[in-house]
Amino acid sequence: MIDALNHLPRPRAGADQLAERFSDLAPPLTARQAAVESARCLYCYDAPCVNACPSDIDIPSFIHRISDENLQGAAERILSANILGGSCARVCPTEILCQQACVRNNAQECAPVLIGQLQRYALDNAHFTEHPFKRSPATGKRIAVVGAGPAGLACAHRLAMHGHDVVVFEACDKAGGLNEYGIARYKLVDDYAQREVEFLLGIGGIEVRHGQRLGGNLSLGELRDQYDAVFLGLGLNAVRQLGLPDEEAPGVLAATEYIRELRQADDLSQLPLADRCLVIGAGNTAIDMAVQMSRLGARDVNLVYRRGHADMGATGHEQDIAKANQVRLHTWARPDAVLLDDAGKVRGMRFARTEPADGRLRDTGETFELAADAIFKAIGQRFDDACLVDPVAAQLAREGERIRVDENLQTSLPGVYAGGDCTALGQDLTVQAVQHGKLAAEAIHAQLMLNVEAA
Amino acid sequence: MADLSIVFAGIKAPNPFWLASAPPTDKAYNVVRAFEAGWGGVVWKTLGEDPAAVNVSSRYSAHYGANRLVQGINNIELITDRSLEINLREITQVKKDWPDRALIVSLMVPCVEDSWKFILPLVEATGADGIELNFGCPHGMPERGMGAAVGQVPEYVELVTRWCKTYCSLPVIVKLTPNITDIRQSARAAHRGGADAVSLINTINSITSVDLDRMVAHPIVGDQSTHGGYCGSAVKPIALNMVAEIARDPETRGLPICGIGGIGNWRDAAEFMALGSGAVQVCTAAMLHGFRIVEDMKDGLARWMDQHGHRTIEAFRGQAVGHTTDWKYLDINYKSVAHIDQEACIGCGRCHIACEDTSHQAIASTLKADGTHAYSVIEEECVGCNLCQITCPVENCIEMQAQDTGKPYLNWTQDPRNPYREAS
Repeated sequence: MIDALNHLPRPRAGADQLAERFSDLAPPLTARQAAVESARCLYCYDAPCVNACPSDIDIPSFIHRISDENLQGAAERILSANILGGSCARVCPTEILCQQACVRNNAQECAPVLIGQLQRYALDNAHFTEHPFKRSPATGKRIAVVGAGPAGLACAHRLAMHGHDVVVFEACDKAGGLNEYGIARYKLVDDYAQREVEFLLGIGGIEVRHGQRLGGNLSLGELRDQYDAVFLGLGLNAVRQLGLPDEEAPGVLAATEYIRELRQADDLSQLPLADRCLVIGAGNTAIDMAVQMSRLGARDVNLVYRRGHADMGATGHEQDIAKANQVRLHTWARPDAVLLDDAGKVRGMRFARTEPADGRLRDTGETFELAADAIFKAIGQRFDDACLVDPVAAQLAREGERIRVDENLQTSLPGVYAGGDCTALGQDLTVQAVQHGKLAAEAIHAQLMLNVEAA
Repeated sequence: MADLSIVFAGIKAPNPFWLASAPPTDKAYNVVRAFEAGWGGVVWKTLGEDPAAVNVSSRYSAHYGANRLVQGINNIELITDRSLEINLREITQVKKDWPDRALIVSLMVPCVEDSWKFILPLVEATGADGIELNFGCPHGMPERGMGAAVGQVPEYVELVTRWCKTYCSLPVIVKLTPNITDIRQSARAAHRGGADAVSLINTINSITSVDLDRMVAHPIVGDQSTHGGYCGSAVKPIALNMVAEIARDPETRGLPICGIGGIGNWRDAAEFMALGSGAVQVCTAAMLHGFRIVEDMKDGLARWMDQHGHRTIEAFRGQAVGHTTDWKYLDINYKSVAHIDQEACIGCGRCHIACEDTSHQAIASTLKADGTHAYSVIEEECVGCNLCQITCPVENCIEMQAQDTGKPYLNWTQDPRNPYREAS
């Protein structure tokens, strides 16, 4: 990657000190905290939190079980709806999902129940000696899952549970998708993503093959021929560009690439440090990038967004994290030019001030410059068309750039299903991807069993 | 400010808050601390014959609500384990030092006239203000023919009370056990024996919990357990009923009652007084929080009395007794219906599922556009049972509204639907 940043210095802090700065942003609850917090749950009926959870976790039930000191029962309740409940507990924007909907989330009731933290508590402390779910008798059906991210893994697990054999094709060296490569390090610490994958695979019947890339050494046509069904959990692997000259100059990089490197680094003190850092964008990835650079020791971290605070993709909670980490948020400014020094390396960026006009954005005519050692682009990920090049894949109906699916997650090609961020359905969230994978698995299972009965 | 002082069964006290006979009143050190803290009186932990009782280690266990909130304590401690001589000497000194406080001595000796004849003059000589007969201790002592073993037999209650009135000039308060079927039988027996007052309730036979790993109940002594006596806020409803039963019993009308059982704050005390108690005794709350709670109790009670224009405790004592009656005299024509304040409702659905599953299907759940639910009462189906109001976590969100049915008062003895109604 990081060729583009190799000219930069390394963090001043030592490896241990940096590791400390990247430990759990929200430390796990103690047993006492979990007891107090679980007792706050009102055990609602038709609970609004469940309605707000994209993966349909029976929240009042699992919290009640924590309160009853039945942690394994609580964990199983969570996992039966969301096999990646452990990472969701850590990365879900609960402030806009379950905890937003909690009936105690108002001034009279003081605060919502800390549902995410309780979910983590249950899963961290359940201590299963064997995988909690049993496989149904073998069906003899084989299903290909492309992509070992949250959608693909959730789909594979549910299919394995129904007695099918699953092969997961993954381009990267590790399974986990964004959990492994894309989440801020302090949100999903140490090797949790890998441990969770290991736990998930513990059900058996799932083979993961790495170095397998659709559109590269893998074609949808072949998969369709060789397997009884195919699930595509491809994610969004292309990065939106600024569309400016010199965007490839040393010092300009996609935020996702840096985060990926940061998550894989054994020694954070070896990462390039942008002492004066610019992040373009206002989603959660932009915040993650800015905050992590700040924690690495950057002195001057600026996040620039072309619209206002209210339009930001990042939640209020995320913006608060940024502020707490000395990240300056600039609004109403559009990247206008990458500024280079004599050696052709980034020295800053010129911005054009913007203002709203009839719902659209227009330049005010004013410009300003911010000095920077590196510029990180975080204006969104795109679907990577390169993976749908074989003749069968090319037939897939699209919705915008993404793959079109029906309510059963089936694509326009019979027997081919898709879920997660590569589809246009729902929000681009881990928990949404898990739900897609689970529902697709149920649809695939129903379809395959229907065919068996008919035969 | 309201006057909290009382004269109960002839015993004067600056306030009605007394400590019950229990560990907090075991010796001079504790009792002096209690008086310093402001308690109006104490009932000294039960004295017995020498040799003194011997206690085991591991004595209490608790029944918990959410977050380790103690709802009740169970104890297997016996009466005093100190010699009679030490106790009598300390009582004498404390009474001398604190002349304005009520000092009652709790007693338990075998059901033999000579035993009582021996101990009563010794107690009277201390200068104590009265005696309380421990006929209620439910653990250990009954196995030796004392405590609840006496209290459960009305004839014994009457007999011993009479001995005490014969051999002692002090006011005699008979402490009743709730481990019986009809508390009035014991109260009537005490009354017949000449008791100056009754106090109730003593503790209730209990086992609070079982250690499921060791398969032994709490509290654990070695690898065994035994039942104890239950007290604390969980027993308050039982105590209130027993107080009311005696207060409205024509046979014991006017017999002073000292209320005991789960009193933890001024409101609890006021409720016991409203049902007829002239003084109250506290133990568990003090054991959980220390003697300082009496300050809050006195302050709260006095302010409430001021707000309601009650200058003395006698001014409101017993005011709820007349409103406590037999079921058969309740107004069959009275009707109330639940009303949900939609502004206050937080949408938890607890009222709905409680009514739907376990009552009268009188709360409708309506799906709203945002995926949450609205809850409303189906008035025709509502029987006014109060369950929804009880399940609602928001105070005053559900109100039970009395309906104007236009029908007159009618009780079951008069109701035409009652085949055994009394002829009118």
